[in-house]
Amino acid sequence: MDIDKIESILATDCGSTTTKAILIEKRDGEFRLIVRGEAPTTVEAPVEDVTKGVLNAVAEVQELAGRQILNDAQTDIIKPRDKAGRGVDLYVSTSSAGGGLQMMVTGVVKTMSGESAARAALGAGAIVMDVMATNDGRLPHQKIQRIRHLRPDMILLSGGVDGGTTSHVTELAEIIAAASPKARLGIGYELPVLYAGNKDAAPLIKERLAGKVALDFTENLRPTLEKENLMPARHKIQQLFLEHVMSHAPGYPNLMKMTDVDIMPTPGAVGDIMQLISRRKGLTVVGVDIGGATTDVFSVFQGIYNKSVSANYGMSYSISNVFAEAGLENIMRWVPFAMDERDLRNRVKNKMIRPTTIPSLLEELMVEQACAREALRLSFEQHRALAVGLKGIQQERTIGDVFDQTMTGQTLVNLKDLNMLIGSGGVLSHAPRRQQSAMMMIDAFLPEGITQLTVDSIFMMPQLGVLAKVHEQAALSVFDKDCLIYLGTCISPTGVLKDGAVALEATITMPDGSTIKKVCKFGDLEVVPLPVGQTARARLKPTYGMDMGEGDGVAVEAEVHGGVVGLIFDTRGRPLNLPADDGERIKKLQSWNAALNLYPKN
Amino acid sequence: MASAYTPGLKIVGKTRFEKDRKLPMKGTVHVKKGDRITAEMVVASTHLPGNVTPMNIANILGCEPKEIMDFMVKKQGDQVQKGEVIAETPGLWGFFKTQVQATITGTLENVSTVTGQVILREPPIPVEVHGYVDGEVAEVYPDEGIRVATYGTFIQGIFGIGGEVVAPLKMVARSPSDVLDAGNILPEHKGKIIVGGSLVTAAALTKAIQVGVKGVIVGGYDAFDLKEFLGYDLGVAITGTEDKGITLVVTEGFGKINMAKKTFDLLASHEGKKTSINGATQIRAGVIRPEVVIPLEGVKETDVVGGVNMGMNPGTLVRIIRQPRFGAVAKVASLPEKPAHIATEAKVRIVEIELLETGERMILPRANVEIIEE
Repeated sequence: MDIDKIESILATDCGSTTTKAILIEKRDGEFRLIVRGEAPTTVEAPVEDVTKGVLNAVAEVQELAGRQILNDAQTDIIKPRDKAGRGVDLYVSTSSAGGGLQMMVTGVVKTMSGESAARAALGAGAIVMDVMATNDGRLPHQKIQRIRHLRPDMILLSGGVDGGTTSHVTELAEIIAAASPKARLGIGYELPVLYAGNKDAAPLIKERLAGKVALDFTENLRPTLEKENLMPARHKIQQLFLEHVMSHAPGYPNLMKMTDVDIMPTPGAVGDIMQLISRRKGLTVVGVDIGGATTDVFSVFQGIYNKSVSANYGMSYSISNVFAEAGLENIMRWVPFAMDERDLRNRVKNKMIRPTTIPSLLEELMVEQACAREALRLSFEQHRALAVGLKGIQQERTIGDVFDQTMTGQTLVNLKDLNMLIGSGGVLSHAPRRQQSAMMMIDAFLPEGITQLTVDSIFMMPQLGVLAKVHEQAALSVFDKDCLIYLGTCISPTGVLKDGAVALEATITMPDGSTIKKVCKFGDLEVVPLPVGQTARARLKPTYGMDMGEGDGVAVEAEVHGGVVGLIFDTRGRPLNLPADDGERIKKLQSWNAALNLYPKN
Repeated sequence: MASAYTPGLKIVGKTRFEKDRKLPMKGTVHVKKGDRITAEMVVASTHLPGNVTPMNIANILGCEPKEIMDFMVKKQGDQVQKGEVIAETPGLWGFFKTQVQATITGTLENVSTVTGQVILREPPIPVEVHGYVDGEVAEVYPDEGIRVATYGTFIQGIFGIGGEVVAPLKMVARSPSDVLDAGNILPEHKGKIIVGGSLVTAAALTKAIQVGVKGVIVGGYDAFDLKEFLGYDLGVAITGTEDKGITLVVTEGFGKINMAKKTFDLLASHEGKKTSINGATQIRAGVIRPEVVIPLEGVKETDVVGGVNMGMNPGTLVRIIRQPRFGAVAKVASLPEKPAHIATEAKVRIVEIELLETGERMILPRANVEIIEE
């Protein structure tokens, strides 16, 4: 394939409910998104063939683009483009249909090889159903029953450093052999088990598992305590995903023939594009994709990429779980009007059982957005717990560290270092007003210092992630120009003062040279408009007791980026405390909503 | 676009109902294609491998794992009885032996000289699959199970609790708006599947269990009561395995919502008949809804009414499935082609409907109505 000759690209993402297709073309020397189409995913009766949904989505693209992409029989994509301009030059796809890749991982020590194994699986785009470890407190028979019950798509067996003891990881293999796990898809096909543990134990593992499962080997993901080596395991997981799991899913063998590069699991592709952006722009990034059933969070801090999947936090199928986990009070605190508990519970459960419905009344929208804040908050909490440094390693300390004895395994996600927050998924990408997306992200993530806020316009990061594998330039061009919508910049000092006390004094030099001076009071939210593409120079002086990242009361100067919302001065403090009294809380929420012009006035 | 595909729940008076009855793993199928079967009949059975119990012999005997073969009394593949000695040390001149006794009856499946562990497996667990509905074997999946087929009434619910239950149907509510309260549950409802109207109260459900009612079909159920009933807040709608002594099929949703008149009338017309219900619900990719099946004698393929309704057109009967007017039945008045702004300011595809009860016209998102499939 000659990359330079590629001018027309088709990319699809086969989600669990919808298959989304985008057409990217080179126009005036740069790659741009031309149109987008979608159709229901077809992996279940009555149409058990994923390619049907793909062809339907492409048919919509074809219709909208006003040119032919499918052959006359509508059974295949024309590739490469012919002389009449029919077809595309490149076709790529991602998939999370059928529930994505569901894995179980094992390690000897839960917080060491167990966590590394979970990070390897998550980074490959999997959902981790359970982390089983020698020291997880469960008895062997409980572990065996758990494996039998879960029926994962794949097991990642790890544990032990190279040259270390072999007996613990062998015991894990014996437990897997005793459980004799069956694959989720298809009777009579062997479950893939990937071994990525102590290399000295490999022959013992083979002895115990060969013939019982589809056993494969890769490098140890934790060769020493101080080192994590996740990439070989991640690549092998993606390969096994294609060879075993996908090839048993309905229609996938055909789809694999249609694509020009391997199909990637959707979250894996999103992770790739996030890393690329972080590397290219030199930014620390947190990204979130909130779906109906799951919420994925991605982060790149200190050059380390982490991903977490909160399998049961979402806005439709899982909305009731968000409610159950967050609790009534946490949901209610974001609802700017009084509401009866029974009524709220019924509304949430009705959304769960009819997940495709949408709020048609303003108060229903507010309730959904309250749930979204909690779904995002809970998912981010899980992410922070997962995105940690290696635990249990030796730390070099000097006399200077006497008063700063940090533990190993601290979270890498430091909000003060965060440059860009990227939101995507229906509730964020399709919120009626962009202010609502910005506010949901601010309330859920509580960014600190100066943070740029963006949303993915139509959630095309999966397609761009897989495209970046073959055509990085095209993927980056579309990401910059068509994918991200810049909402603005959130300026939020940490600390707590009395309501109404001066929290921050800001001097903003606008692009036209004019200066705006602001005195922000504690407990307030304010917006200064600054359009997309423009930057301003800001001097931000927090009051003593507040911190912009450089220390208590220390002023910072920085360039701040505009967006469709503008510069958001959030001096409500960190941590954010809402009034305990319902009336006061509602009044406060209403004043913030008004400040950001969040909802229609009536 | 003048029509739209919005699948709804099936409420069909006469239809052909088919269902796979499969084993969790390969086994024996006891019936053949064309056989008449009853709901209670065992159509396939198998044995699941027994549960396993690992025992670390090396730890118990205080020896190195590689030494345990020297002390094993039983070898791999041997049958063992609970309490039977499976390993022992020679002791000193025949005294001071340390013994390891089997903790279960079963088979010694594996001995590991790396971990010092042995695995004992209990005898296989028998698993049986029943017919579920009175009908005919439409297809046999060799070693796996069958597909049962029957003609009769089929109603899909929206949410349920509990598994498969077969019992005679008893109408308790007199109208679709009646609330089923504890006072309505009588001793003679024991062993029956009872039908309520717009709501079943928490007290009614408790009383129904006490009386021995097998199942409840009702329009609405309160989410708060569900939490109290289950003892936990249901997070994800995957149900069917609850062991509460009753199966519940909710036809409309959470809260007090009148049962659709058509559903109510259909059930009323079959009072006393043998009915199969299943509360199992999975609202995920591959959605499973709770169901009510009433096999009817003498119904043939030619009697089957309607087909799969694939489109919403002007005149189509729909149910509103979200506020405002949740649960109301309406007729499609028009399907405007262009997306339009609704009260939330979202721009969505809309449908104009006319409420059957009042004749009032409303504009709603298409996503918030479902076709009443006939």
